[in-house]
Amino acid sequence: MRYSTFLIQRVLLSVLVLLGLSILIFMIARVIPGDPARIALGPLASRSQIEALRAQMHLDEPLYVQYAYYLAGLLRGDFGESLYTHRAVAIDLRDLFPATLELVFYSGLLMVVIGVPLGIVAAVWRDRWVDHTVRLVSLAGVVTPAFVWAIVLMLVFAYALGVLPVAGRLSPGLVPPSAATGTVTLDALLAGNLRAYLDFLRHLILPSVSLSLAGVAQAARLTRASMVDVAGRPYIEAARAFGISESRIALKYMLKPSMIPTVTILGLDFAALLGNAFLVESVFAWPGIARYGVEVILRKDLNAIVAVVMIMGLFFVVINFCIDMLVGYLDPRIRLRQMEDAA
Amino acid sequence: MNAVAVAPAREHLRRTWYAFSRNGGSVVGLGIVVAIVLLTTFAPWLTPFPRHARAFTDFEHAGLPPGRPYALGTDTIGRDIFTRVVFGYRFSLLLGVVVLTAAVPTGVLLGLLAGYYRGWPETVIMRITDIFLSIPPLALALAIMAVLQPNLQNAMLAVSAMWWPWYTRLVYGLVSSLRTEGYVQAAQIVGASPAHILLREILPNCLPAVLTKMTLDMAFVILIGSSLSFLGLGVQPPDPDLGTMVADGAKYMPDLWWISVFPGLAILVVVLGFSLLGDGLRDVFGVEV
Repeated sequence: MRYSTFLIQRVLLSVLVLLGLSILIFMIARVIPGDPARIALGPLASRSQIEALRAQMHLDEPLYVQYAYYLAGLLRGDFGESLYTHRAVAIDLRDLFPATLELVFYSGLLMVVIGVPLGIVAAVWRDRWVDHTVRLVSLAGVVTPAFVWAIVLMLVFAYALGVLPVAGRLSPGLVPPSAATGTVTLDALLAGNLRAYLDFLRHLILPSVSLSLAGVAQAARLTRASMVDVAGRPYIEAARAFGISESRIALKYMLKPSMIPTVTILGLDFAALLGNAFLVESVFAWPGIARYGVEVILRKDLNAIVAVVMIMGLFFVVINFCIDMLVGYLDPRIRLRQMEDAA
Repeated sequence: MNAVAVAPAREHLRRTWYAFSRNGGSVVGLGIVVAIVLLTTFAPWLTPFPRHARAFTDFEHAGLPPGRPYALGTDTIGRDIFTRVVFGYRFSLLLGVVVLTAAVPTGVLLGLLAGYYRGWPETVIMRITDIFLSIPPLALALAIMAVLQPNLQNAMLAVSAMWWPWYTRLVYGLVSSLRTEGYVQAAQIVGASPAHILLREILPNCLPAVLTKMTLDMAFVILIGSSLSFLGLGVQPPDPDLGTMVADGAKYMPDLWWISVFPGLAILVVVLGFSLLGDGLRDVFGVEV
């Protein structure tokens, strides 16, 4: 199968999944008990007011027409208004989502730049103390929920040692000069405000470490396991016989084929960071989407719930798509298998 | 039963135990799981203040640090943390057991059907499974919690809804390779019914993998459940839940650190137990999950 065919197939599949997700959420949203129009207008609204709003929200039309309106809105990035604040949900998301995305991005970065080298070190010094330590740390990372890490790290580094800030994204008084993108990294760096950026990084350490520890652990375990798996293959023996240095064998001949399974799982972990960000944000009062998401769920704010879940789904699908493309590129056999399935 | 038949059974058990116990971690995991199950079963007799498990106030002893007689300290209204952690384990285990009881048979049945009947059942079931798998787990649970009132039953429902597709995928993969095995074809040739082939010939060979995954998943279900209640979408007060306790204590950081740290560590211990046990079973059964 040519790479372009593979690409087109994956795009179509992603679109299908997003459509499925939109139908699922639409159905969930329509079975929420209570009339959205009544929730929006409050208990004192008259019958005619409610009827008018129902008509305006297309709630009096058949379900498939309602779905069409809803889908058309989604495609325009229009999620409607919050039933409570009457602000456009898209504006709320624009204000809050960048902070979450930024946290997730840095956590994903930590996952790769710390987890993979740890795995390599453990595989190279297999069954030595380095390996045992890495395995123990990985196990602790996998079995501890992100919010427990958040609380423990906060106690130790922010309260007991006092070396890092307790909560928030920037120290009071430090505001990035423009809010062009909503992310401190881009806003501060575009404006050349290095002080704000460094302050942001200090605030970022605890949330991103708590969020990424499970992923770091997973990355280290996977990298170690697949490198150990590859280590016994004859071509590694052959490379040794040719007198190639051990470090070159480890980094080139063992690491490269090990990355294929690792990349797949890391992609899933990266996509899962967004869900776990909910847990970490609430501990560190990070100004992201988490508190908003929980609030709208608790007060059954229909449009906002749909928007939050769709954004999470979109993020997940996009990441999965990128991973598929990367893996398909790294390992042509995967494309080949797709062709066999199709035949 | 005579001695000749008993001996191989005992021998088999001994060998299985040997394979299992060669890895020290598996034994530790088994020990943790057994200890927690015993502790929760006999909680009213083993905890010092069983009445503290629900609504109870004792302001005289509120916010006490770990010491005697409150081994892990007390919370802001004077309840013993140790007692509440043990009773909290009850909800964690209950959540895990109920979720797996609902999700596993559903997932396994769909996987059997999709793997055995090629054609449209396979396409429909596996595409739906793909869609469920492509939704971030927490987002799906949040969406379902949005419809329902936040409480333990609904949290169970939400987590079950996101769990079955993993079993469908696992069993589907196994059945796809098992269906061409000789004994399956032999059963087909002698005219066995599809129900017999699926349930008596194929299913038993899927069980080791399913059981192993269930043990590992107990850990993850408990983790997700505590995350939901940490967000306020799971077990509601005054019932004790580890996630809720961590969230409550977080408001009183750092002075009353023990209120959230000990329940947090308790989550770690139970998840660790099931993970280690699951890893041990995986090695014994030699399955990939």
